[in-house]
Amino acid sequence: MAKLELRKVGKFYGGFEAVKSVDLTVEDREFVVFVGPSGCGKTTLLRMIAGLEDISSGELFIDGARANAVPPDKRGLAMVFQSYALYPHMTVAGNMGFALKMAGAPKAEIAEKVQEAARVLQLEPLLNRRPRMLSGGQRQRVAIGRAIVRSPKGFLFDEPLSNLDAALRVQMRTELVKLHQALAATMIYVTHDQVEAMTMADRIVVLEGGRVAQVGTPLELYHRPANLFVAGFIGSPKMNFLSARAVAIGPRETTLELAPDRVLAFPSPAPALAIAPGAAVTLGVRPEHLRFVESGPLRGVVDVVEHLGVETLVYVKESSGGTVIVRTDDLSRVRQGETVSLALHPDRGSLFDTAGDALFHLSPT
Amino acid sequence: MMDATTLSGEAIAAGSLAPARRRLSWLMLSPAVGLLAVWAFVPLAMTLVYSFRRYNLLYPERNGFVGIRNYEYLLSDPSFWTAILNTLVLVLGVLAVTIVLGTVFSLLLNQNFPGRAAARLMVIAPFFVLPPVAALIWKNLLFDPLNGFIAWLLHLAGLPAIAWFTHVPMLALMVIVAWEWTPFATLILLTALQSLDPEQLEAARMDGAGPTNRVIYIVLPHLARPAAITIMMESIFLLSIFAEILTTTAGGPGEATTTLTYLIYIRALLNFDIGGASAAGVLAIVLANIVAFFLMRAVARNLEA
Amino acid sequence: MNEQRASLPGTIAAWVVAFLMVFPILWMAITAFKTESEAIAIPPLLLFRPVLSSFAAALAQSGYLHFALNSIIVSLGSTVLAILIAFPAAYAMAFQPGRHTQDLLVWMLSTKMLPPVGVLVPIYLIFRDTGLLDTVEGLVIVDTLMNLPIVVWMLFSFFRDIPRDILEAAHMDGVGPRKQMMHLLLPLASPGIASAALLAIILSWNEAFWSINLTAAHAGTLAAYIARYSAPEGLFWAKLSAASVLAVAPILLFGCLAQRRLVRGLTVGAVK
Ligand SMILES: Nc1ncnc2c1ncn2[C@@H]1O[C@H](COP(=O)(O)OP(=O)(O)O)[C@@H](O)[C@H]1O
Ligand SMILES: [Mg+2]
Repeated sequence: MAKLELRKVGKFYGGFEAVKSVDLTVEDREFVVFVGPSGCGKTTLLRMIAGLEDISSGELFIDGARANAVPPDKRGLAMVFQSYALYPHMTVAGNMGFALKMAGAPKAEIAEKVQEAARVLQLEPLLNRRPRMLSGGQRQRVAIGRAIVRSPKGFLFDEPLSNLDAALRVQMRTELVKLHQALAATMIYVTHDQVEAMTMADRIVVLEGGRVAQVGTPLELYHRPANLFVAGFIGSPKMNFLSARAVAIGPRETTLELAPDRVLAFPSPAPALAIAPGAAVTLGVRPEHLRFVESGPLRGVVDVVEHLGVETLVYVKESSGGTVIVRTDDLSRVRQGETVSLALHPDRGSLFDTAGDALFHLSPT
Repeated sequence: MMDATTLSGEAIAAGSLAPARRRLSWLMLSPAVGLLAVWAFVPLAMTLVYSFRRYNLLYPERNGFVGIRNYEYLLSDPSFWTAILNTLVLVLGVLAVTIVLGTVFSLLLNQNFPGRAAARLMVIAPFFVLPPVAALIWKNLLFDPLNGFIAWLLHLAGLPAIAWFTHVPMLALMVIVAWEWTPFATLILLTALQSLDPEQLEAARMDGAGPTNRVIYIVLPHLARPAAITIMMESIFLLSIFAEILTTTAGGPGEATTTLTYLIYIRALLNFDIGGASAAGVLAIVLANIVAFFLMRAVARNLEA
Repeated sequence: MNEQRASLPGTIAAWVVAFLMVFPILWMAITAFKTESEAIAIPPLLLFRPVLSSFAAALAQSGYLHFALNSIIVSLGSTVLAILIAFPAAYAMAFQPGRHTQDLLVWMLSTKMLPPVGVLVPIYLIFRDTGLLDTVEGLVIVDTLMNLPIVVWMLFSFFRDIPRDILEAAHMDGVGPRKQMMHLLLPLASPGIASAALLAIILSWNEAFWSINLTAAHAGTLAAYIARYSAPEGLFWAKLSAASVLAVAPILLFGCLAQRRLVRGLTVGAVK
């Protein structure tokens, strides 16, 4: 069982800082997902935890013991690689038992543990096959099986589902979550896919340019994004960002001006906003928190209507120039080219300052 | 190429592109295929025919069909068996050395060290040396028992000089040939090493395999197939080693370095025994074909992949 | 993935190996700049005044330039011929593959597996009877045929790597086959053609079996010339080295330039 602590962990490649002073605690049995766009340092961070990459600065603790200099196989962590990295010349059983063989475990014990893992992953009929003769999904299972057999304290996954087709990906996603529950082990999972992160994680770590942008549960990130980056990255379609100006910041009510003739008022948050009247702000509104109304603070012309069946996405070219996405289940009413008016959900939305940091959230949590 | 459009234009009208394409395709293939067919079959057939005839250029009038007499004569000739033995010693010996050294060298050169591009070129360079040059440089500058570099090294070590080509002619020949062909093995194995997925090595590291175990369990198995290919390719070339023997020992002393190739050369171009040389040639072809069969199977398998 | 730096012993071992392998070539090059008496000095001289007299002597040697010229003509001539014949064949096999294309290719490659000594007798007799013995033309023919399968193979594998979509897109854009070849195929395949040519030149230049057995004073190449250097001239090490350096240098250069692509050609694709 593993608790991981990262203290100001950084990574330099020559002069390039790929990971910048990451502080993070992963609790025992937690399922943590690192998410972020390609190149943001997820893999690098994971590999430093695994021991495959030296930690340039900062410290890593595993169960309270400093692990910076502990070799990868001594950290008690197992890793599932994106390419699976199965040993092509060994059978499935050989692959899964390799770590135990290296550790000098007796043959009977290896066979038993391999058998057990194969049962969990439904790999029993494939034990004597070579990786070459397996489908993508089966290979994926073998890679996971190889990790399980070692009974590690924690699992590290680097984009393990990205080589699978969409249907299999969804299936493996739930299987991994079940596996996490069954094994009761700590898991760190890297993906660039925010949907994977949202559906699987206990907690999500959003990385941006080597830095932690926010850490939180999926719903925290969704409803209370700490900054514009997280707000834009989590959720699909993206959150709408509207430029506005703070007009009046009273003790009761705060008023924003979206355009000269359109103002928006909402109850002021408990500690009053730390901005001056007249300051520029960005209002973030999720597509599902906009409604078509007779007359509302936003107006525009319908540009595109996407019918997805369960929902409909409407792209509205707003009068100030930007495009606003509305998520609605209303199939009949709007048509392309129509002029519409939009209202905001009374207690949903986030406000960001010019630096992109969240000022406050209107949200249920 | 010019009339491909018009051809396909007609073909479209006719409802199909295929026949015109196929005709053009054959037109483009035929020079290469025809020439190679002639090159591969005509001399082969002639060798086969000559091998059943009595035919010596010195006595052209005494010539006729003798059945398998040439083969009988060859198989009962101790020189032939010596040549076969010498060929096996040379080919197998050099193969063993080049594969072992090639593996070690490729592992060394695959490391990340300063100047590795230059070091790689240095190791590969001997492969591009003209075979007679390689033989003469070794024979004189290095192996010469009086003034050669190795004689001097032995002298420094307090050892007596060795008359390489008198006392251990086959060994000396093998050193030269191994020097020429180790780069080939190294180059192929190095290329193969570079195609090894680094994540596999990292997975093995996570699995607790140390550097030695990673080589034994991951790297060497990965090299098994390329090594087999190297062995097959090299055997075919080594079977034909000729210039090195001609320039160093001329098959001697006695028959100590007379290989099958060299024996055929002696029989054909020095003794003008066309019949006997052809019979030996047929046997050489059979020998090469056994190896080639496996090699071509491997090539075909890779073409499908 | 970032590679770990090699350990010091690993680095040293690699450099020792590199030095040992290149040493005979290096020693030959050094000896070429010595006088004859320096060349055979014991202990071997490392410090000496380099002279060019051995090169001058080698070049002045009767026929050296003649043989060098033969080598150039034979290797370039056979390479150009091989590429001209191989190009359409490789094109057809790569872009209009039929049911038997693969068998055909494997068969072509398998002709390389025939040991030359097996057909020495008939080739020698054919050459004698057609007057090709000791002619440059004869050697060009042999080298062309010898290298044809490898050139076909290399061109084929390069053509095959050109995405078909590009040619199909050009076809849809109304670019005819001739223009496709001129403006798309040739530029895309030119690195492939270049490396096939380089390999063919190297193999032909270093080919010794046929040139020794089929030529004499008139059409001999450097391989044949140096092979006959053994007897009296072999005693003149500096001159031998100088002649060898001249014979080896261009190919050594080509080989080093082309080494990356050579593996596929040399192993006819058995190792990717
Ligand atoms: N070995 C390396 N050398 C130099 N830069 C690297 C190396 N590995 C990764 N990087 C850089 O570090 C950054 C983060 O990479 P990575 O962790 O692989 O991103 P992610 O997995 O989030 O896509 C990228 O900009 C990448 O180019
Ligand atoms: Mg990554």
